[in-house]
Amino acid sequence: MSATIAERLAARIYEILGAVPDPEIPVISVVELGIVRAVRAGVPAVVVITPTYSGCPATVAINKAVRAALDDAGLRDVVVKTELSPAWTTDWISDSGRAKLLAYGIAPPETTAERRARRDAAPAICPQCGTGRTAEISQFGSTPCKALWRCLECAEPFDRFKCI
Amino acid sequence: MAHDLAVRLGDDALILGHRLSEWCGHAPTLELDLALTNIGLDLIGQAQLFLGLAAAAEGEGRDADALAYRRTEDAFQNCLLAEQPNGDFARTIARQFLFSAWQELLLRRLADAADQEIAAIAGKAVKEVTYHASFAAGWVVRLGDGTAESHQRMIAGLDWCWRFTGELFEDGCAALRTEWDARVDKVLAQAGLDAPEPVRGITGGRRGRHSEHLGHLLAQMQYLPRAYPDAVW
Ligand SMILES: [Zn+2]
Repeated sequence: MSATIAERLAARIYEILGAVPDPEIPVISVVELGIVRAVRAGVPAVVVITPTYSGCPATVAINKAVRAALDDAGLRDVVVKTELSPAWTTDWISDSGRAKLLAYGIAPPETTAERRARRDAAPAICPQCGTGRTAEISQFGSTPCKALWRCLECAEPFDRFKCI
Repeated sequence: MAHDLAVRLGDDALILGHRLSEWCGHAPTLELDLALTNIGLDLIGQAQLFLGLAAAAEGEGRDADALAYRRTEDAFQNCLLAEQPNGDFARTIARQFLFSAWQELLLRRLADAADQEIAAIAGKAVKEVTYHASFAAGWVVRLGDGTAESHQRMIAGLDWCWRFTGELFEDGCAALRTEWDARVDKVLAQAGLDAPEPVRGITGGRRGRHSEHLGHLLAQMQYLPRAYPDAVW
């Protein structure tokens, strides 16, 4: 396979999977969430995906959705492979993914670089009013990837992506 | 060697994960219900990965489900601490605190282990367990430094669990002891609690000698797959 054909196939696969929503947070795609780790050119081409949390029930649904999207696009011979290492990190959530999370009402995780820049844990930014005057209600929320916070200005509770 | 380690890690996670699932719908508040069951879910996910690895290593055609649902208690190698009944919320927190602090130290080492498959699972799991350890330590402080009643209950919870902690440092884990002691002491001091008096430890879980509690747990956990052997998810 020539480089251009391989590149075009990889771009097409990214485009297809860019339309596969995360089953629990359907406003962002599995690509934006960083679950699709790589597309490796070759015969067959390999899509590498990685689970977010070990016990996340969405993992099975994501595997099925990725497979189905490839099949529907006529790419039955593309192999889907799961790799655990390096472990998924919220740093892999793309900028467009972060913006969509915020618009959806979920405070996006800060990046490792942002966290290192300050000594203490940063407060979440309220997705409703934008203030940083917020407090954590519970370290665990409605799904394994989220914690529960509330805003001290507008009093709205909201989900925040846990930073891992 | 790697096989035995995978079974131990998988069984610890599976049995404690199941214990935490028993809190579903019963925890003191909705937030704690979510917290305990989310921790349980992480652990059961880790169990699936470790037992999957153990099953592949033994090469007898079994999978993670077969190891979880088709073994009797004498084949389980989890530590005795993991199978202890939940008791009240304080005892559950004591168990989680003592276990997660140890598990985090162990997984952090294994993430750099020579065995790449173990290292990959450990590297993923340690991120989750770090979160569990901080949650549990936070509640030890809140309960210990809370009301007279919560303080008493935290002491009783730690007393119940303490005799099972020595076992954690058997089987190649002796090197974790100093760091674990320091961590536990620090949190207990913050909580205004003394470390329980040294007691004669109870051990045997790693060799399949369990308390009667494990049999009851397995009876519930394994009922469906044993009653309907061809049932699938
Ligand atoms: Zn607000």
